[in-house]
Amino acid sequence: MTQAIEVTELNKYYGSYHALRDVDFAVAERERVVICGPSGSGKSTLIRCLNRLERHDSGAIRIRGIELGDDLRNIEEVRREAGMVFQHFNLFPHLSVLENCALPQILSRRTPRKEAEARARDYLDRVRILDQAAKFPGQLSGGQQQRAAIARALCMEPKIMLFDEPTSALDPEMISEVLETMVTLAEGGMTMVVVTHEMGFARRVADRVVYMEAGQIVETAPPDRFFDAPQDERSRRFLSKLVAV
Amino acid sequence: MTRSKSITSAAFPLRLVARLWGDRMSAVLTLVSIAILVALVPVFEWAILDAHWAVAAPADCRGGGACWAFIAAKLRLILFGLYPPEAQWRAILVIALILALVLLTLSPRLWGGRLMLVWSAGIAVMLVLMGGGIFGLSPVPTSKWGGLPVTLLLAVLSLGLAFPFAVILALGRRGSLPVVRGLSIFLIEIVRGLPLVGLLFVAAILLPLFLPADWTIDKLGRTLAALTVFAAAYLAEVIRGGLQGLPPGQVEAAQALGIPYWKAVWHIVLPQAIQKVIPPLTNTAIVMVKNTSLVLIVGVFDMLSAARSAATDPAWPAPSIEAYLFVAGIYFIICFGIARYSRHLETGIKSRSQS
Ligand SMILES: Nc1ncnc2c1ncn2[C@@H]1O[C@H](COP(=O)(O)OP(=O)(O)OP(=O)(O)O)[C@@H](O)[C@H]1O
Ligand SMILES: [Mg+2]
Repeated sequence: MTQAIEVTELNKYYGSYHALRDVDFAVAERERVVICGPSGSGKSTLIRCLNRLERHDSGAIRIRGIELGDDLRNIEEVRREAGMVFQHFNLFPHLSVLENCALPQILSRRTPRKEAEARARDYLDRVRILDQAAKFPGQLSGGQQQRAAIARALCMEPKIMLFDEPTSALDPEMISEVLETMVTLAEGGMTMVVVTHEMGFARRVADRVVYMEAGQIVETAPPDRFFDAPQDERSRRFLSKLVAV
Repeated sequence: MTRSKSITSAAFPLRLVARLWGDRMSAVLTLVSIAILVALVPVFEWAILDAHWAVAAPADCRGGGACWAFIAAKLRLILFGLYPPEAQWRAILVIALILALVLLTLSPRLWGGRLMLVWSAGIAVMLVLMGGGIFGLSPVPTSKWGGLPVTLLLAVLSLGLAFPFAVILALGRRGSLPVVRGLSIFLIEIVRGLPLVGLLFVAAILLPLFLPADWTIDKLGRTLAALTVFAAAYLAEVIRGGLQGLPPGQVEAAQALGIPYWKAVWHIVLPQAIQKVIPPLTNTAIVMVKNTSLVLIVGVFDMLSAARSAATDPAWPAPSIEAYLFVAGIYFIICFGIARYSRHLETGIKSRSQS
């Protein structure tokens, strides 16, 4: 089976700060992986390297067989394969929700406007905010904004979806509506890498949980084993704090 | 506020008295206002009551009030300068065309590449109309162009041409390439450090000395270039302010969606950056409209120079105040219009960003 994501010996520095240390990481097609770990452990850095929002210093990243390096064509192709959802949504505030979903298709794949808008409506319907299509992002609740951002990423028809703490900027009552959308996506067979501390989501959806600390992957295990019987001392300490909060 | 509420039941004159004299501050303000009104009475007399609106001969304007008849007699010269009278309809058409394009541009809904094409076509038509020489239009050299069309063309063209340069300078100054950044900073600071008058002198008088003799860009073109360079440096700093206020997540989202760099700049970055800096942008536009009047010192015949030369006609007794007031009125209408329009834009943006 070809891997959707293959990362070997990845190293990343911010100046002299060593943010990722020899990270080896692979995700199979249709696999769902949850990444967790304390703040500053390099989760965002890792996931942002996967679509070249950050450039890595050494090691190799292959996304569905495409080598990620300085080659601009490859970067473009990888970004077409992998959609991304951000903690703070990053919707375009000057465009309506519909336009947020339609314009990127037009700009990056030259999709005809009619087709782009039809697809935008389709995905907005799937995340159940089609009735908000004409509004501007600032007029939506946080949960609705994040679902719009998911629809926007899906409109590019990616094979892989990357989520960086998609619910941690949301009020508690809106978290479940976003997680629900993500569960539906997982059930549809999407390959997903999700940075999150939502244990319930991880147990329900993830095939594997990856635990990071200080720029390294410390433990990888199926969710039940990871949460109920963590092997590494560091993961155990992290989980005990997570439960205490 | 509370004071006036307590006496709302009182009769209107009583309330008015309370408003105007109620406390020491309002009393002082009322007195100052009255003083200003009294001082304006002679102005009003001069401008309206004693004014000469129509006279049989220029000499009849002597004594008393303003000589508005002078404006009527010299209107052609002030508005069109030395432009040949038989071709004047072309200059009028150019003014109409500029106004039409500006009106078209007022609606943000029409902004985009297509509007830029319309503008480019419009400018080409205007230059042909003003200059002639083809399509059976008699040629008019730029040295004969003058008045309002020159002022409007200089203002619109210098701002319009400066804009793309300003964007590139602003992006360059914020970019990660050291050479580009250094060059952008250098150009912006050099131009901002020079007075516009100096730039105009360099462009109009010094430049021809250094350029090879067969490089004959005419003086109006060189003046326009100086105004453009000047506007570009100021606009670049305004736009840079807008870029700074843009959250980095916006660019990241565009990148993650695979949107190519320049398309992201045009559709995602610039619209937001510009929305954030509408007040200083308006300010720069107004300043540039008025700056065009400085071209008179290098002998370009804009509206102000035309008015000045009209006022030197010895047949009329000292009419320069009227001429300058008339021109000031036109500048005021343009600049006030820009200011009102920017307020209108800002309200539109506010209504979209709030639930
Ligand atoms: N642009 C940057 N410049 C310098 N240092 C950075 C930069 N981005 C991240 N870092 C540092 O790299 C380390 C890893 O950051 P990263 O954002 O990947 O952590 P994280 O695991 O996502 O944390 P969080 O849970 O807080 O989001 C942190 O120590 C952070 O300070
Ligand atoms: Mg993070």
